[in-house]
Amino acid sequence: MNKLIVSSSPHIRTKNETPRVMLDVIIALLPSAVAGTVIFGLRALLVIATCVLASVVSEFLFNIIVKKEQTIFDLSAIVTGLILALNLRADAPVWQCIIGSVFAIIVVKCLFGGLGCNFANPAIAGRIFLLICFTGTIGGGANPASVDLVTSATPLEIMKGTDIVGLPSLMDMFLGVKGGAIGETCIAAILLGFVYLVARKVIHFETPLVFVATVFVLALVITNDPTLALYHVLAGGLVFGAVFMATDYVTTPITRSGKMIFAVGCGVITTLIRFYGSYPEGVSFSILLMNILSPYIEKWTAPKALGGKKA
Amino acid sequence: MFKLGKTKIPHRKHTAAMEAVRMPAPASVLIPMSQHIGAPAVPVVKAGDKVYVGTKIADAGGFVSAPIHSSVSGTVKKIEAFLSSNGRSCPAVFIESDGEMTPDPELKPPVVTNIDELCNAIRESGLVGLGGAGFPTSVKLEAEKKGLIKKIVINGAECEPYITADTRTMIDDADYVVKGIKILEKFISADEVFIGIEKNKPEAIAKLQGLFKDDPKVRISVLPSTYPQGAEKVLVYNTTGLVIPEGGLPSDVGCLVMNVTSVAFIAHYLETGMPLVEKCLTVDGSAVKSPKNVIVPIGSKVSDVLNFVGMPEDIGKVLYGGPMMGIAIYNLDDPILKNNNAIVAFTKKDALPARQYACIHCGRCVAACPLGLNPTIYAKAMKVEDKDDRAARLTDAKLNLCMECGCCSFVCPSRRPLVETNRLAKADLRAYQAAKKN
Repeated sequence: MNKLIVSSSPHIRTKNETPRVMLDVIIALLPSAVAGTVIFGLRALLVIATCVLASVVSEFLFNIIVKKEQTIFDLSAIVTGLILALNLRADAPVWQCIIGSVFAIIVVKCLFGGLGCNFANPAIAGRIFLLICFTGTIGGGANPASVDLVTSATPLEIMKGTDIVGLPSLMDMFLGVKGGAIGETCIAAILLGFVYLVARKVIHFETPLVFVATVFVLALVITNDPTLALYHVLAGGLVFGAVFMATDYVTTPITRSGKMIFAVGCGVITTLIRFYGSYPEGVSFSILLMNILSPYIEKWTAPKALGGKKA
Repeated sequence: MFKLGKTKIPHRKHTAAMEAVRMPAPASVLIPMSQHIGAPAVPVVKAGDKVYVGTKIADAGGFVSAPIHSSVSGTVKKIEAFLSSNGRSCPAVFIESDGEMTPDPELKPPVVTNIDELCNAIRESGLVGLGGAGFPTSVKLEAEKKGLIKKIVINGAECEPYITADTRTMIDDADYVVKGIKILEKFISADEVFIGIEKNKPEAIAKLQGLFKDDPKVRISVLPSTYPQGAEKVLVYNTTGLVIPEGGLPSDVGCLVMNVTSVAFIAHYLETGMPLVEKCLTVDGSAVKSPKNVIVPIGSKVSDVLNFVGMPEDIGKVLYGGPMMGIAIYNLDDPILKNNNAIVAFTKKDALPARQYACIHCGRCVAACPLGLNPTIYAKAMKVEDKDDRAARLTDAKLNLCMECGCCSFVCPSRRPLVETNRLAKADLRAYQAAKKN
């Protein structure tokens, strides 16, 4: 007798699998990783390799210790490691990279139940953890290997003061020849990844656009200077955060309208921290704060059921 | 205009250009008494009775029910309990065929001069919704007696992959489709008739547009080739713009929805008096080497049909219906039912369950749901242990609106069993509400 397989409908599925989605994000991050290595030298590659390896190994070991099904093949640990590394300075000490990765994977992700259950973006939480613990080596940015600058101040640190003289040209800001984290400085490379993610339908274009536009408009209102507002868009981790971290599925609202509110919130908080806070940069904090609000935003923006009666 | 139901699924309409072929008389048929929504039919024959094609073998078992007729000529051998693949049991009439397929000599076309007679005639024909739901058609028409019907919506969307049985009806039996719609227009006081057809059936669209060009009441609504255009609520919205309320029927917004093959059948029945005894099925799927549209006597074994097109060597899963909503059967000797429109067979490789990953909260299911539901809520709610809390979450998120069309599961990159979870959740909610009542 021919044994038949029975299962619930539907009996066909899309070809697009979660590891493929993660692979797309990794592919989209590659231009930034390459640009960072070119700008900051091979030391950047060491940071990237350390974070990726530490992330994957810690998830692997965690699953073994708690006897959970091995999940490293969904590739999400690589994404976390990569994003964390690109958020760090090229001269970040290796042991700090490891601590950040372990914190991101074990504390922020695995202890909350693994992929899909974490309330905050692991890479962001890892970065903020390092920033608070080791402000001296994590904050600010390394200097590009190609330019020999005396000061180690990033454009945002320069703008925080009253002195706006000494800012790199807008073109240098766009190409990334400036101080900052490995993956954040080269806007051109980030945009390449952005176009890829949108084309592959991994993310909607609105979230990054609304986030960046909110910062631009608010900076324009506050400074009344379009050039300075443009510097605010190109400086710091704004574009990188908007493209790769504010679009994280797990920690942002599930509805499209919710994602918009999330992006506006990120833009407002980023601007407030940049202009009025004690840190020069606010992208990570803004995303983390909005991560926490996500479940509420999701509730407010619940889709309306067709013909649904009010309960 | 904004249209609902935007999920892109493969079409695989390999049989769209194939005229249906008639399967020879099977050696025997097993005709279950429950082939429709509502009360099972009650057998009116006993072992040893001689029957013909079209002889009534069971009467409607209630208001929402339908009579059943023999699909072959031969002898009733026994009436036995039949356990169907959906886990429900009902009596079934086993008839040994004499191979002659002699029509019942007493059959004659019914005389229909008003809506009451039309209702009675359709009830006697055994017609149930042939799109798949199997709702007794005469019960739908009762709404007309109350003067509720303003619009007639004919479903020719056929949105499931593989299936082309309705497509072939619209092309090969276009005359009967036209006659059927004229009959409905004559007896039902509707002022508009919409025929919804997906864009991927240009031949059917062109044919019906040509045939109805002189009828100002009839409009061919060309629907996008996305899934699920044929779902009742989606179809009514996309053709008329009307929204069927939660828990309501199409008649609540003045609509009568009927499958295009049902309409053609009505015309055929009024002309010949031959009740519903056969069905056109699309037989396809990765296991089927030469897919076909086959006209099959109701009650034939699935294996009879598969043997007719060539029994697949590598067979892993067999479905009643299409791959999005079809039911997987475990026994190839199960009978063909009135509301079947396809037998889809997959190879072992295609039948294996996909590897699951954790939900990554990507929102593809929310974007895909044609009814605006959030399937992730049901999955989360089912993990809640507190019964009251769980039931409240499921009710708040409108679980019972879910029609199990399969869009959410289809698009999920983590292959979560979303539709399956919704089915379990509905059963859980029913049990909770039943316990509350007692």
